[in-house]
Amino acid sequence: MLTRRALMLTAAGAWLPAAGARALAAGDVDAVTLGTLPGKRPLIQRAFRPPNFETPLADLAAPFTANDAFFVRYHLAVIPDVDPESWRLNIGGPSARHPLSVSLAELKRGFAHVQLAALNQCSGNRRGLFSPRVPGVQWGSGAMGNALWTGVRLRDVLQRVGVAGDALEVVFSGADSAVLPQTPNFVKSLPLERALDASTLLAFAMNGEPLPHWNGAPVRLVVPGWTGTYWMKHLTEIRITPTAFDGFWMKSAYRVPTGAFPGARFASQETPETTPITEILVNSLIIAPREGERLRPGRPAAVVGKAWDGGAGIAAVEVSTDGRRSWRPAVLGTDLGRYAWREFRLPLDTSRPGALAIAVRARSRNGAVQPDALTFNPSGYHDNIVQTVSVEVA
Amino acid sequence: MRSARRGRLLANAVLAVALCRGVPAAGAGEVTELRDGAARDLTIGRCVICHSVEYIPSNAPAMNRAGWQKTIQKMRERFGAPITDAEAQQILDYLDANYSGKS
Repeated sequence: MLTRRALMLTAAGAWLPAAGARALAAGDVDAVTLGTLPGKRPLIQRAFRPPNFETPLADLAAPFTANDAFFVRYHLAVIPDVDPESWRLNIGGPSARHPLSVSLAELKRGFAHVQLAALNQCSGNRRGLFSPRVPGVQWGSGAMGNALWTGVRLRDVLQRVGVAGDALEVVFSGADSAVLPQTPNFVKSLPLERALDASTLLAFAMNGEPLPHWNGAPVRLVVPGWTGTYWMKHLTEIRITPTAFDGFWMKSAYRVPTGAFPGARFASQETPETTPITEILVNSLIIAPREGERLRPGRPAAVVGKAWDGGAGIAAVEVSTDGRRSWRPAVLGTDLGRYAWREFRLPLDTSRPGALAIAVRARSRNGAVQPDALTFNPSGYHDNIVQTVSVEVA
Repeated sequence: MRSARRGRLLANAVLAVALCRGVPAAGAGEVTELRDGAARDLTIGRCVICHSVEYIPSNAPAMNRAGWQKTIQKMRERFGAPITDAEAQQILDYLDANYSGKS
């Protein structure tokens, strides 16, 4: 059935076409449309229902992505307004010793608070740039954002509940659900060791404010370094299990060819053919200049952007303006934490008129470097190839 | 309450509201205008039960007949979309004719 929120969404969409939809001149993927969700500024609308909205490039420039600009990603269209007063989180499962049910107040009161800066990047970020094209939400580069998350450690909560010796995975469910009862609800699991990692949070605040509705209010999972698919929104239930969770969203979706990519392994979900996507790969984004921009000869200009990885941290960002023959190190901005993105900046030589192709590649502290060629996979994940922006000095 | 039939009725109601308010632009709201063709209304009617039809033009560049067939099969078998065999054939023909390799 449709919820009040869904109806409001429909109404908002119907009322706002003139103000809420306009073409972006320098879009990431083909023609893009801006759309407005209640409480959000205009974002790139990839789909209206379920809502999939991408952050425009300009809104990715700040160190922390504004809550009302943060991308929105849902698989299923029934998204209730969760009342924080009556909300409860149930923690149990076959491998839980003392199941627990907590209110928001009890969660906040009962466990130590932790603040952590982390990038949340959708697994399918840049899918729309894939070649050959693959089906799915045709994201440009803005299905990601960096935020300061406040919450409690999942580890502390699981230890209060008591993890039995046979525990293998921790399974998460949220309040959002499918329109049809036969559609598998969005349920995800983590390996026990990742759930017990000190950085994995049950977050109730984002950039100092309560979580926005569209980003998982009142409590969402934050799994720094892992792709957004694990960052479950509107959490309602956590189950500690001795078996591998076999739901559609683990067994059939969000998988990559086994051995194709570096990063943490999710052994209990792995088959010889495919394995779950896990950690974010080293990557970077050029925010300025824009593709096709004209730079004035002799005027100061700089290439500016963000670089990130799955939590090792960024060691260096290099810039080439000669067809990737030589590389110069960019200056790195403030280190916001190893799970956050890192700004980079390098002045550009605008003394000579002509075309300028600016390529950027980031290097992780674990030695990984952005590759030149895409590793194709059918779902269009992990596009972290070196980007080039072409400008003209004239 | 949450039957497929009820879902269809609601989807059609949503569609009707959106059309009455005149929302033709892609992305502007619940409905994207799809190309004219046999089974266009059937396609919209079935797809919008669960999602707006923007996914159709946006995915066209990645699609061919086999791709649409796979997608329709996924929607029916994995997600339980209430689409009969005959309807699936019509929807496939419509999507392939209008949205294979075209955006």
